[in-house]
Amino acid sequence: MGLRVDNLTVERGGLAVLEGVSFEVAAGEALFLRGPNGIGKTTLLRCLAGLQPPLAGEVHAAPDSIAYGAHSDGLKATLSVEENLSFWAKVFGQGEIEAALDAFELQPLRRRYAQALSAGQKRRLGLARMLVTGRPIWVLDEPTVSLDVASVGLFADAVRRHLDQGGMAVIATHIDLGFEARELDVSAFRAKPAAVQDEFDEAFL
Amino acid sequence: MIALFWRDMRLAMRAGGGFGLGLSFFLILTVLVPFGVGPQSEILSVIAPGILWVGALLACLLSLDRIFALDFEDGSLDLLATAPIPLEGVVAMKAAAHWVTTGLPLVIAAPVLGVLLHLEGGAVRWLILGLIIGTPALSMIGAFGAGLTVGLKRGGLLMSLLVLPLYVPTLIFGAEVVKRGALGMEVQGVILILSAITLAVWALLPFAAAAALRINLR
Amino acid sequence: MASLWQYANPQKFLAVSRAVLPFVAGGAAICLVVGLVWGFFFTPDDYKQGSTVKIIYLHVPAALMAINAWLMMLVASLIWLVRRHHVSALAAKAAAPIGITMTVIALVTGAIWGEPMWGTYWAWDPRLTSFLILFLFYLGYSALWQAIESPDAAADLTSVLCMVGSVFAILSRYAVNFWNQGLHQGASLSLDKEENVSDVFYLPLLVCIAGFILLFVALVLLRTQTEIRQRQLKALEARERMA
Repeated sequence: MGLRVDNLTVERGGLAVLEGVSFEVAAGEALFLRGPNGIGKTTLLRCLAGLQPPLAGEVHAAPDSIAYGAHSDGLKATLSVEENLSFWAKVFGQGEIEAALDAFELQPLRRRYAQALSAGQKRRLGLARMLVTGRPIWVLDEPTVSLDVASVGLFADAVRRHLDQGGMAVIATHIDLGFEARELDVSAFRAKPAAVQDEFDEAFL
Repeated sequence: MIALFWRDMRLAMRAGGGFGLGLSFFLILTVLVPFGVGPQSEILSVIAPGILWVGALLACLLSLDRIFALDFEDGSLDLLATAPIPLEGVVAMKAAAHWVTTGLPLVIAAPVLGVLLHLEGGAVRWLILGLIIGTPALSMIGAFGAGLTVGLKRGGLLMSLLVLPLYVPTLIFGAEVVKRGALGMEVQGVILILSAITLAVWALLPFAAAAALRINLR
Repeated sequence: MASLWQYANPQKFLAVSRAVLPFVAGGAAICLVVGLVWGFFFTPDDYKQGSTVKIIYLHVPAALMAINAWLMMLVASLIWLVRRHHVSALAAKAAAPIGITMTVIALVTGAIWGEPMWGTYWAWDPRLTSFLILFLFYLGYSALWQAIESPDAAADLTSVLCMVGSVFAILSRYAVNFWNQGLHQGASLSLDKEENVSDVFYLPLLVCIAGFILLFVALVLLRTQTEIRQRQLKALEARERMA
């Protein structure tokens, strides 16, 4: 089962930012979300991940199939790379972390505390977390921030392998990851000023 | 879920985790009271149960921000909310870890500090029993307060204002156990009420706390 | 189909409450003036308590409303959680400061009454203590409203707090009873006529209570109107920004 989004309207701070968003992602497919800062990409992704309810519309996906990667990596400074990763593996019911460490070349750093990692290394660890979730749909918010060219390559490889295994990915990004995928410019769904109020405010004016 | 418990334990034990801070606070508070009240052992032994209970309560309060605020800041809470564990389970595990790292050390330290306050020998075991039964409720009520205030700047002070009134029943029955125990009165009823409060709090508040977290995360 | 819920529409609520408010406020003024004048000047002194008994006309209604305001907040919070009517949440928000004021009036008049009667302004009596705890609950509830920026999140979180707080408030009441048996006299009013204060005091007291209830309703309506208007302003500002 893929991911289908029907006529979704998402809000931030009580105001609709995107409306009528519809798209579909089938197994083995990736979708890049484009659009200027502040347009509502993060809000849309949080909505897909189930962290905030949409104002209207629906997200269709198998239950517990979406893994969310946010701006922040959710790392604990006083835990080692290994401990951080295996914690998330256990939470998601997976035992194995070696493949994820390999994929992002974290093996040499595995005993280092997260506080001693550089920004790019932290990011790699955060992305390695996606591999240990065992979930088919990756929803990623600006995954390549603070990654160098080589690391972006590692990430692209990981996504490609994930897609080859029948996985899916929805990625909000500004850069070219070096592989072909559909793009969706969310500016097209920008909520019109006439419809900015939520139903309460609408009832008011 | 067990993994979450052990992670929180490990975080509390590592540098900067704040383990021991609550205990030190408890110690300092107990040392300061005689300076304010005077060294007469008759007075101290009368107020000792109350001081120890209030001290435990405040020490518990101090470390509540550890339960959710840190995970909220570094994004772990978002990720936990999308994980296959129900959020109610997350709350329960985190409150449990909080109790083991904060409440339990206080229970162990209380009799030692009781000596400083001339707590009577007969009352000590009732103090320990009351604290063991009562402090888990403090952790869970605290988790609820922490869940309510997790997204707020300067939520700490507000959290104290919200949580402290909720501590009243536990405090009253907890101190009553020691008071009655020391006088050789019947204690069983009070202990049962205290246990009932703790059990009810653990059965119901995870749902309220999880609801609050969901609201704060969206 | 006319239903009670139609008044949950902000516009409708404003229109109706604006029409009703003068009557409620007028009724409150009349009842309070009649009740207080009657009570203060036209009732005999109590054989035991002297003229101090007359503070009952402020103390009892205020205490009653302090509790009922919380109950009203609880009901409004539940309506918000179940039916998502914004007006309901705003009414709960509007009631909190009134509840605080009523609690303070009850505590202060109690202290003033307590001094000549019990020889002390304050005693850790179960009833007094319960009101002090109720006051703390009110403070926490209002502080939570103040602290959260997003109006919907604030309404949700305060509703959750109100529900949990209600349970703990009742629990505290029993705990406090257990903790100390008190000085405070029994209920001044009850359905059981035998225990009531005598008729001379009873009738003006009822008028005062009616006055306080009307006053509470009037203040809640007024404050809810203000809250709604504030939301209107915010909505207008938001529209400006987006345009």
